[in-house]
Amino acid sequence: MREVKNSRDRGGPAQPLVIANDLTRHFPVRGGLFGKAAGAVRAVDGVTFTVEKGETLGIVGESGCGKSTTARLLVGLIGLDKGEIVLDGEKLGGDLRLKDLWDDVQMVFQDSWASLNPRLTIEETIAFGPKMRGVSKVDARRLAHDLLERVGLAPARFAGRYPHELSGGQRQRINIARALAMKPRLVILDEAVSALDKSVEAQVLNLLADLKAEFGLTYVFISHDLNVVRFVADRIMVMYLGEVVEIGPVDEVWRRRAHPYTSALFAAMPSMDPDARTEKPPLAGDPPNPIDPPSGCRFHTRCQYAEAVCGKSVPRTSVVAGIASHLAACHMLDEASGHTKAGAAPTLINEAAE
Amino acid sequence: MSPLMEIRDLTVRFHGERTVHAVNGLDLTLQPGEVITILGESGSGKSVTLKALLKLLPEKRTEIGGTMTVDGIDVTALTGRRLSDYRGKAVSMIFQEPMLALDPVYTIGDQIAEAVRRHDRVSRTKAMDIALDMLTRVRIPSPERRLRNYPHEMSGGMRQRAMIALALACRPKLLLADEPTTALDATVQIQVLLLLRELQKEFGMGIVFVTHDIGVAVEISDRIAVMYAGNIVEEGTVSEIIKDPRHPYTKGLLAANLHGATRGTSLASIPGSPPPLDARPNNCAFAPRCAHAREECLEALPPVFRPGPGRRVACVLERGQSEMVLPARTPEAA
Amino acid sequence: MSASMDARIEATPGTVGLEAETTVPVRSQGYWRGVFTRLKRDPVAMVCGAILLLLFLVVIFAPYLPLADPYKGSMIARLKPVGTPGHILGTDELGRDMLARLIYGGRLTLMLGLLPVVFAFAIGTTLGILAGYIGGALNTAIMRTVDVFFAFPSILLAIAISGALGAGIVNSLVSLTIVFIPPITRVAESVTASVRSLEYVDAARISGAHPLTVVRVHVLGNVMSPIFVYATSLTSVSMILAAGLSFLGLGVKPPQPEWGLMLNTLRTAIYIDPLIAALPGMMIFATSLCLNLLSDGLRSAMNIKD
Repeated sequence: MREVKNSRDRGGPAQPLVIANDLTRHFPVRGGLFGKAAGAVRAVDGVTFTVEKGETLGIVGESGCGKSTTARLLVGLIGLDKGEIVLDGEKLGGDLRLKDLWDDVQMVFQDSWASLNPRLTIEETIAFGPKMRGVSKVDARRLAHDLLERVGLAPARFAGRYPHELSGGQRQRINIARALAMKPRLVILDEAVSALDKSVEAQVLNLLADLKAEFGLTYVFISHDLNVVRFVADRIMVMYLGEVVEIGPVDEVWRRRAHPYTSALFAAMPSMDPDARTEKPPLAGDPPNPIDPPSGCRFHTRCQYAEAVCGKSVPRTSVVAGIASHLAACHMLDEASGHTKAGAAPTLINEAAE
Repeated sequence: MSPLMEIRDLTVRFHGERTVHAVNGLDLTLQPGEVITILGESGSGKSVTLKALLKLLPEKRTEIGGTMTVDGIDVTALTGRRLSDYRGKAVSMIFQEPMLALDPVYTIGDQIAEAVRRHDRVSRTKAMDIALDMLTRVRIPSPERRLRNYPHEMSGGMRQRAMIALALACRPKLLLADEPTTALDATVQIQVLLLLRELQKEFGMGIVFVTHDIGVAVEISDRIAVMYAGNIVEEGTVSEIIKDPRHPYTKGLLAANLHGATRGTSLASIPGSPPPLDARPNNCAFAPRCAHAREECLEALPPVFRPGPGRRVACVLERGQSEMVLPARTPEAA
Repeated sequence: MSASMDARIEATPGTVGLEAETTVPVRSQGYWRGVFTRLKRDPVAMVCGAILLLLFLVVIFAPYLPLADPYKGSMIARLKPVGTPGHILGTDELGRDMLARLIYGGRLTLMLGLLPVVFAFAIGTTLGILAGYIGGALNTAIMRTVDVFFAFPSILLAIAISGALGAGIVNSLVSLTIVFIPPITRVAESVTASVRSLEYVDAARISGAHPLTVVRVHVLGNVMSPIFVYATSLTSVSMILAAGLSFLGLGVKPPQPEWGLMLNTLRTAIYIDPLIAALPGMMIFATSLCLNLLSDGLRSAMNIKD
């Protein structure tokens, strides 16, 4: 583990920066005559993971998998229905108030017209947070200029500008500077480079890597783009319909792909090799609606290995290939599950043969 | 064999609060049954080129120069009845957002049948049969039921398939695809790409596919044309572009794609961003971002070289390595 | 302009740009200056604005203008036609100078047109922002109450409230204010709810700022312009409603001049001198047209394209 240069470190290097335990958040769907709850979008359903100090945790998944809701839960923008968030040993809602959480955790949003206030100049946008925290006007302004410089935008040219005058890459640098102005320890990046052009994306990824080293940051990097997550993340967490299906060190997950969904997601990436183009789509159909997710293993409706047991019982989380940090929730990994391929997940076998 | 589509020296200029030179002297040829991808970033003029081909650009504010021929039809001269015959029958288009192409108040079946009847004199029942056949061909499960669905009742991937069915209902010879898979989830995107590939073979049509994603281009196309600042900087087969990129911009794009990039290293990124196109470039538009830029790059437009058959590169670095086909064009006085 | 045509300049250290680097600090034009610049380019809005400005000046400074007494009638000079020496716009059915009465009448009519909208704007915006930003039960309470008022057409509501309160200027002010609160609240609520879910508001919230500060800095500025434009479009309606109330005898009482009331009292003269009888109506028409066109101009000037 990398050394974390942060005086605010409370629990020491072994204490995870974030312990997210059984995070659950359902959104009621109103319908009917009197607006009675007609059902619930089970956006995040019992999600458990940790974020170690100094690492980058990548979260991937398709639309409706709950990755963005997880991000919003982590920064306290929305409340939990169930579960707990522990930041460096302090439980949110207990010792840790929301205000304290925001001292340590900030978020970088996807670049869009909605990510920056169109009525504020760049300088005002970055200085707003520090000023709210009691930093004097002059100091907040100086901080804003320093950060602009740091993210590669000359303050003299940009401080007085409005967001609509900037390009996507520039706006995203401002988004990053705004989060850093709060001097966070953890930055949640929710699709932070997804809207950018490839050549600009690479610039921003380099910038993020530099900033991480310079400020001793920890990242939770959320993206639908596996290539990007593979490049930036130390560990990867794959979500499907509000649940974690697999989590582990990037290279481990890449090599083993213990869960059939992970395997399909990876196989769905365009090949980049003109002589070995994808011949068969790894999955059919769209991801199901999270309002009424399938029973048992939520992936069983699209899984080629699904058996009766998959629709009946929720798979337990098992350790993959004896590596304690690599976990996946699939009946085929659980010897006692009753799945005919239990203990011999086909995706794993393929890898062993190689 | 005469080409299916031939674009010669296309220029598109928008007038408004400020003038934008979106496309600047673009040449592009497509053979029948061929799939070409125009690869470019936002602002490169790739979508504008497609819209120009269908005459979808606002006439009042747009100035179009050059020639466009599709299947022997001179596109620039088309108006009225002949234009609407051309759209749909000769050329059709699919978009990133299917909700823009599909009418929310009609069922999928009605819309496809209506499109068929607009071009062919067939009975309503026959048109509906064609619609059903189209839905089956785009692999929509239980097509009879889907025929009666409204667009909002379908999932994203289904809508995309319905839009493809609508676009192909009149068997166009040329399909224009404007980032049709960009908004889709990864597992759905690959399904749609493979579907388009199969339909292309089945119908024998030509496709001009526009995307910013190299991976998608590799999956779908025979050839790739890399576009930058309103012109094509490099063109070649997929293998040539991926394995032997010549233009520094193409090389930069490939490096920025992260495929096989090593974690913990700094990415070889292209610095800066595309130029504002408020004037027509009179030098290499990529030169300000290029690590190999020389004096001559800033002085004139780059000559176009031909390193091989069907291959072209607009960069001075090719000089001495391959045959020159077009000396640096001097743009007319702006 | 669509994003695909969007030309952009990216600054990265070490990049040699073709365009000259500016070393002087760039301070962009503020929002309202930008709106005004765009408004100035709209000839229709500018002409309407100028007419309205002139009307307001004339009406405000009426006592200082060389006008006849609007209350002094003459039994022998009744219904003199337009162009009569001494009475450029003729006289009304009691021989009072029409020009003076139209100008003095404009004071009341414009006041009754503007003030209720100003009051309703203040109250409705507050209610709407509260409902939209806080949401939940408060939203339900405010918005369902507002919905009740939508059950009645505005003119009926104004008549009903005025009828209940009794005739008079203050009472018509009150009733018109009440009429305009619900629509403004509804517009304010919907724009606030949409702005509230935007990411920059989220970013402001996680900076730990007080909710009122978030509203003031990040919400207010972005919801004001649509509400304001909507409110300006209501002034013409308010003016017409005020005139209507007076016409029905529920607003201004004779002999005070007011365009709606004048229209009522002159209606008997329509067969004798239709032009005189139509004058107050023409004023109402022209003023509300100008207000509407100006509001349209404002709407497009406030629409920031990016």
